[in-house]
Amino acid sequence: MSRQRSRYLAVLIESEEPLKGRAFIEAIWKSLLRLFGVYGASKSKVQVIEYDDEKALAVVRCSLSAVRIVRCSIATVTKVNGRPVAFHVIGVSGTLKALRRKFLSQH
Amino acid sequence: MRRFFDLHVIPNLQDEAQIEGVLEKLSKLGYRGVGLVLPSSIRSNKVSRLRRLCEAQGLDFVRRVDLNPSNPKELLSMLKRVRRRFEVVSVLCNSKAVARQAAKDKRVDLLDFPPNSRCRFDRAEAELASRSNAALEVNMASLLSSSGYHLTQLLRELRIEVSIAENFKIPVVLSSGASEDLVLRCPRDWTAVASLFDMDEEAALRALSDTPLEIIHRNRSKLDPNFLLPGVRLISKG
Repeated sequence: MSRQRSRYLAVLIESEEPLKGRAFIEAIWKSLLRLFGVYGASKSKVQVIEYDDEKALAVVRCSLSAVRIVRCSIATVTKVNGRPVAFHVIGVSGTLKALRRKFLSQH
Repeated sequence: MRRFFDLHVIPNLQDEAQIEGVLEKLSKLGYRGVGLVLPSSIRSNKVSRLRRLCEAQGLDFVRRVDLNPSNPKELLSMLKRVRRRFEVVSVLCNSKAVARQAAKDKRVDLLDFPPNSRCRFDRAEAELASRSNAALEVNMASLLSSSGYHLTQLLRELRIEVSIAENFKIPVVLSSGASEDLVLRCPRDWTAVASLFDMDEEAALRALSDTPLEIIHRNRSKLDPNFLLPGVRLISKG
């Protein structure tokens, strides 16, 4: 069985108040389940690798085939705990090292 | 390299700081041009001010007007007044009669079918639009603000409409329809959201870049004082 390829997404968090990592993870999962159900969420293999609440940046890993649905789930989050937020995927890369070099270093 | 346009941004014209914030964000998100919705009675000095704000952010400013007629006769009268003053004309299709008149009129650029409206884009409008210049516009903000049953219905309708547009080769434009900066998303995020109504990535990218650009170029050449007929321009006067 061939190895499943992954992709790393750099996410910029925009909110009026700093967001806790737990709240960010829950928002992503809630959106993924809402739009694509348990089946789609299970195929995505989504995982939050890093979260920096000071810089409002996060790194999310998912399977290659699920990049589009994970990106869609992230983009459709509009509220967390009743407060308006926006999540922007600022870059996608095959390795964490390249993601940090190309996208995260600018922030 | 693609140039992305958000052809439907609704600014609060009373709040210049808000407009600057929205334009700055659009520029950071990778857009090269923005269609700001303006009232038909807007003054030229206000338009100039908005143009300068856009240029300060490196954005191409596109003058857009949204028409909301109650009947076809009113639509024709509105088009006569606004067509020469705006680069993009969109018609809110709240009734079948208005939708059909807008679809067949070559002065209309975008057909906007609001969510929860009884009037939807169907084969009749598509057939009329295939002989004119109209494109189907999808406002992505409505997807962000909907949930549950309403979102399901909206996605079902959009899927059908986009499919009809593809079958009749009607161009589709994806716009944010945003009135505040938190609703804005980068073009690639919108292409991912477009997958919810089965629009493939390439088609979604075209709907954010090539199609808006074609509409803008077409209308700018027509609004050029040297324009005489399609394909005919005045070069010099003797």
